Formats: sequence, structure tokens, C-alpha cells
Amino acid sequence: MSTALQHDLAEPSHEEALLKRVKAGERELFYELVQPYERRVYAAALSILRNEAEAEDAAQEAVLKAFKHIGQFRAEAKFSTWLLQIVINEARMRRRKQLAHAMEPIADQPNDDGEYIPRDFADWREIPSETLERREIRDALMKALATLGEKYREVFVLRDMQRLSIEETAKILDISTASVKTRLLRARLMLRDLLSPGFGGGWTTKLSFAKGNKPWE
Amino acid sequence: MGVNCELVWRESSNYVDGEVSPDLRKAIEEHAQACNRCAAVLSGLKNIVQLYGDERMSDVPLGYGQRLHRRLEEDMNPSRRGFMGWMVALAASILVGGSFELARSASEGVPQRLSRHSQVAFHAIPPDLRVLVSLGGKIFHVPTCRTINNRATAVAMTAQQAIQDGYTPCPRCLHKYLRTG
Repeated sequence: MSTALQHDLAEPSHEEALLKRVKAGERELFYELVQPYERRVYAAALSILRNEAEAEDAAQEAVLKAFKHIGQFRAEAKFSTWLLQIVINEARMRRRKQLAHAMEPIADQPNDDGEYIPRDFADWREIPSETLERREIRDALMKALATLGEKYREVFVLRDMQRLSIEETAKILDISTASVKTRLLRARLMLRDLLSPGFGGGWTTKLSFAKGNKPWE
Repeated sequence: MGVNCELVWRESSNYVDGEVSPDLRKAIEEHAQACNRCAAVLSGLKNIVQLYGDERMSDVPLGYGQRLHRRLEEDMNPSRRGFMGWMVALAASILVGGSFELARSASEGVPQRLSRHSQVAFHAIPPDLRVLVSLGGKIFHVPTCRTINNRATAVAMTAQQAIQDGYTPCPRCLHKYLRTG
């Protein structure tokens, strides 16, 4: 929707003025401050929680926390970075609770930043963006993303879907820029491998990841 | 400068981001011309970045913005929470019961095109139908409706949400759901 696109970037000077007014007591302006980033807030939560309802709840909770602690925000940071750090923390905390509750091992992120060997698939032709008009294609892309480990999803969503810079992604996730690059490379290669059978075969056969297979294992 | 497959894979992500030196870029492209596997990796990565970067891949659930705004308002004005809760309960009773009188009272503001004698059965509208509401408007429409005023400001939500928020159905695009009583 066009409004969403317009809201994607906040005017820095306008944002600064809004921040001052909110901090000075015009609390009702806080939503205006948050609105340009509300999609990113949701996407960040979803990248960790992988469940729409959970992600929305975490996003709401994070925005409320940001509102309560707006006095602690320091102007040397970007407001969007600060806000996304809060939502990432909120979502991670919920994820830890889910894992503890489910008695699942927390170590679902093996330290596997080493070499990744992409599979030998046929070349994709250029995929036209009109393909995304098809709901099943969008669903397949989201399913593939959901199969990646959390640390890859986080980086990929912030960098490639929300189009944040390497530096900002690193700051929000509290990791080095080198780690962002390594994880991004791995995430992109894994997604390419997951989706190659579909895009190479015209989605005529069942996707390999739909069966729970991970080609890199 | 010669490069092997391993180096191409390692640099493939930087390559599609345009973050490799001109010399390395040239070497990667020369290698890919002779190596089908690496050419496939590079084109696959470009497609991944392009497809996932599309706005359509970052959709939020219908009504997300409104719900976030409402939650924030409730947090800022806790005294209004009871009132809001009461309003939601009232709207739910309209939907569930489909009461003749309640439906009529909720339909205030329906444009003149609806007969004065018509009674609107809101509950006939699928609750999860995706509808649009314009800023400052009182009516909700299906997205393809041609009578949406101020379309640029329109926000999406479910029909159920629109009814709960006090909007009334457009008599043109939603006429099939509007039965006369």
C-alpha cells in the first residue's frame, strides 16, 4: 500500500522534533514517532518468533516498553535502531520462554559459520517480480525463510527484507559487521538452495523443504 | 587475477551487494562465464535478494497498525480501557446476535442510497473479509470498489474490525450482503 511506502522513511528533522515534544510531555505524539517503523518492528519480531499472533503481541509489548522508557533514549543513537533493539530483545525473551516451556534444546544455533558449499542446481532464469502476485509463491518463500536458524533469519530479515545497512543490522543485533556478512551469505545461499527446485522446476513438484529436508545437512 | 569456485561462493553475497573491488568483480564474472555452477549461484542469489526485498514480502496482518495504535492509547489512558472494552462487547453482540434493533442503530450514517426502510444485516458480511477504510470516512469498502473517497489514505482491516470500529458497509460494493428486512 502506498501509505506504507511513504511511512517507511521518517524525515530526520521531523523525527527529532517529535522526539523532543514527546519527551517534553506530549505523549500522544508517540504513535506518530513509531508509525514509520511499525512494519519493521513486526518483521523483526516475526523473524524470531515465526508466528504472526506471537509476533504482533511482541511488537505491541515492545512499543509499550519503548514508550515507557522514552526518557532513556539518547539522541546519539537512531530512534529506529533503539526501537528495533527493544523488539529483538522482547522477541528473544519470548522465544527463550517458548523453548524452555517446550523442553527443547536452546542450542538450535550451532556455531556453523564456516564454509558453506552451495548445491549444484541449474541456473535460474531471472524471476520476474510479478511472480510474487501468487500467494503460494509468497508462502513458499516465507516457509523457506522459517526453516533457517534464528541467527540467519534475523540478519536476513533486517538486511534484505527491511533493507537496513550492514552497520545498523550489526548494531541492532549486537554483533560485528563481519558476522552480519557471514550470516547473510549463509542465509542467502541456503535460501537459494531451498528454492532452486521450485524456481528451477516451475513449482510443479513438491518443494524439498516442505518435507522437512534440509539440503545442507 | 584468477579465482576458484570456493572464493566465488565466499564472495557471492558481497558481489550481489556491489561490495567487491573492481578487480575481484571482473575476476568473478570471468570465472562465472566458464563455470555453470558459479553462474547459477550468482543468479540465484540475485533473485533471492530481489524477491525477498519486495514490499509484498513484508506484509503485516490486517488491522495491525490500528491494533497497535489502540493498545498504545489504552496504555496512555487506562481509564478509557473500560469504555473501549464495553464498545467491543457491544459490537460483538451486534455481530453474534444479529439483532434487528441493534443492527439498525449501528447503521447510522449509511448513505442515502440505502432505502430508509432498509434494515442492514451486518452479520451477513464475512468477518474476515478484507476491507478498506479512508481517513475520516465512515464507510468501509472492498478494495476494488470504485467509490472509495481519498483512496490514498485508505487502511486495510477485516470487516469485523471495521464494524467494531463503527464503520458501515458501502452500499455499492457490499450490496450483496445488505438484505432488506
